Amino acid sequence: MTFFDLAVRNIKRHWLRSSLAVIGIVIGVIAIATLGIMGNSIGLMFSDMVTDVGDTLIVSPAAGVGGGKLTDRQVTDIRRAVGSNVVIPFSTTADKVSVGEKESVVMIYAIPAEDIPLLLEKESGNYPRDTGGGCMIGSQVAANSRDNGLKLGARASIGGDTLRVVGVLKERGLGFDINPDYAIIVPYSWYSNHYDEDDYDQVIVKVRDVNDLDAVKAAIEQKMNRREEVVNVMDTRGILESIFAATDAITVFLAGIGAVSLVVAGVSILNVMLMSVTERTKEIGILRSIGTRRKEVMRMFIYEALILGLVGAAIGGVLSFCAGYVTTAVFVGNPDYLFHPKSLLYILFGMAFGVFTSVASGLYPAWKAAQLNPIEALRYE
Amino acid sequence: MPVISFENVTKVYPLPAGDVVALDGVDIAIDEGEFVLIMGPSGSGKSTLLNIMGSLDVPTSGEVTIAGRKISGMDDDDLTLLRRDHIGFVFQQFNLIPLLSVVENVEYPLILKGRQNIARNRAKEVLMAVGIAETHFSHKPGELSGGQQQRVAIARALVNDPDFLLCDEPTGNLDSKTGTAIMDLLSRMNRDEGKTIVMVTHDIRMTEYADRTIQLEDGRVVV
Repeated sequence: MTFFDLAVRNIKRHWLRSSLAVIGIVIGVIAIATLGIMGNSIGLMFSDMVTDVGDTLIVSPAAGVGGGKLTDRQVTDIRRAVGSNVVIPFSTTADKVSVGEKESVVMIYAIPAEDIPLLLEKESGNYPRDTGGGCMIGSQVAANSRDNGLKLGARASIGGDTLRVVGVLKERGLGFDINPDYAIIVPYSWYSNHYDEDDYDQVIVKVRDVNDLDAVKAAIEQKMNRREEVVNVMDTRGILESIFAATDAITVFLAGIGAVSLVVAGVSILNVMLMSVTERTKEIGILRSIGTRRKEVMRMFIYEALILGLVGAAIGGVLSFCAGYVTTAVFVGNPDYLFHPKSLLYILFGMAFGVFTSVASGLYPAWKAAQLNPIEALRYE
Repeated sequence: MPVISFENVTKVYPLPAGDVVALDGVDIAIDEGEFVLIMGPSGSGKSTLLNIMGSLDVPTSGEVTIAGRKISGMDDDDLTLLRRDHIGFVFQQFNLIPLLSVVENVEYPLILKGRQNIARNRAKEVLMAVGIAETHFSHKPGELSGGQQQRVAIARALVNDPDFLLCDEPTGNLDSKTGTAIMDLLSRMNRDEGKTIVMVTHDIRMTEYADRTIQLEDGRVVV
């Protein structure tokens, strides 16, 4: 028989009341864990969707300058600024593309033919060349060939010109530079002739060494924006970082909502324990009169809160795992996200917070019990 | 040296309506092995005296020595340990812990002292000495009769081998036959084991068990 036993017995004595308090903790733990896992999964989903473009700078014309285009001359300036790093200018448009009877509107990227292999990987066929009237199609375009007729070898006509599909690109995922999965890639030379256009929409700079990213960015800005803001230079790493910061903030916010429910559970434990202290006033008086010290009385009550918290956290932890599985499988569509360390950490965090809340809620009642005057407590009926 | 000694002890309760003097210059000395009754009408200061003897309360002025220790200047922990290690309480309402079985109630003070190793055996030994059958050891206090509960309470008071027993109307909740049995038990503890017993009571018949009686009136010792 120890103080711990005594606490266990008292919890059992009021098992219904104790169970309700535990349920509060269980719900709180599940709320923190599942909302945390959900937020984390959203972040993971983003990072899976986004291609790894941490080595890329995107140079675009500053708003309202030069009609939103970059001239050949400016591109040359950028090439000078970045030295040996790869510069890929491109333009983009959308147009009606028909194959036989089938017609669809497709995004078109125009990239200098020699640069296409530097930027995109091919799945099958060949890269188009400046001569020969070839083009490539993105993976999703190819996947929809039944509707749009676009497949390897097809003849696509765009505004009277005919281009042969000579290659299919590998799936690339969502990118900050270009999104070729749903697009047609044409050589810039064809685009320039066809649309009578010499300027570029944006320039992609592939930096050889990621550590040079900031230096290259600064070099471009120094060269181009000497007098006025001519171009914007975005580094994709920065964009990624700000997106992850945003999803992290969402996650913390969601977990915070969960934490609110745990606080409510904590209040219910506080209430249960205060009731317990009042009911047991006489008993506390007896314990004190036969030589139980204040800190021992306090310990007994804190054990009670601790046990409620541990039981709640254990049940909540198991259920969080199940709820996390459902969340990731149903809402996000990828149960693997549950096994990501950060997701599992949210379960542990929820459990730890559950125990902490429980003990914290027990502190005041325990202190109150310890402060009872033994003479008055003995007289209490 | 006396087990309990009060020198010019005063206890004043400050109340909004004016101070209440519960004890007014009390001098008492109780020696080892004595069986002393404390008697007096309601409001005479008996309870206050008992609380201070039990180191549940401290005097406003005067010197109290319990088991050789001056209680002035003791903090709550010191007073608690004094109760735990030197005083055995027996209450009118038995005051057993309902959550604990009979034997657990008795071993509790030993557990407080960290004597888990001997607690169970010692508790059983004392229970048998006060006349509780082994079949009752695992019962909860509520399952026992009043007389049996009081015997368990006496066992709990004795288990730590205290310097004295402090009994507050120990037969007040018992019928006269059971009360007599309890008094016989206490008397035997005093006579055979040499236990010092201080007992507060209203019951004039108890004087036959005691060596002497301290009569209180208006916070003063009159006899």
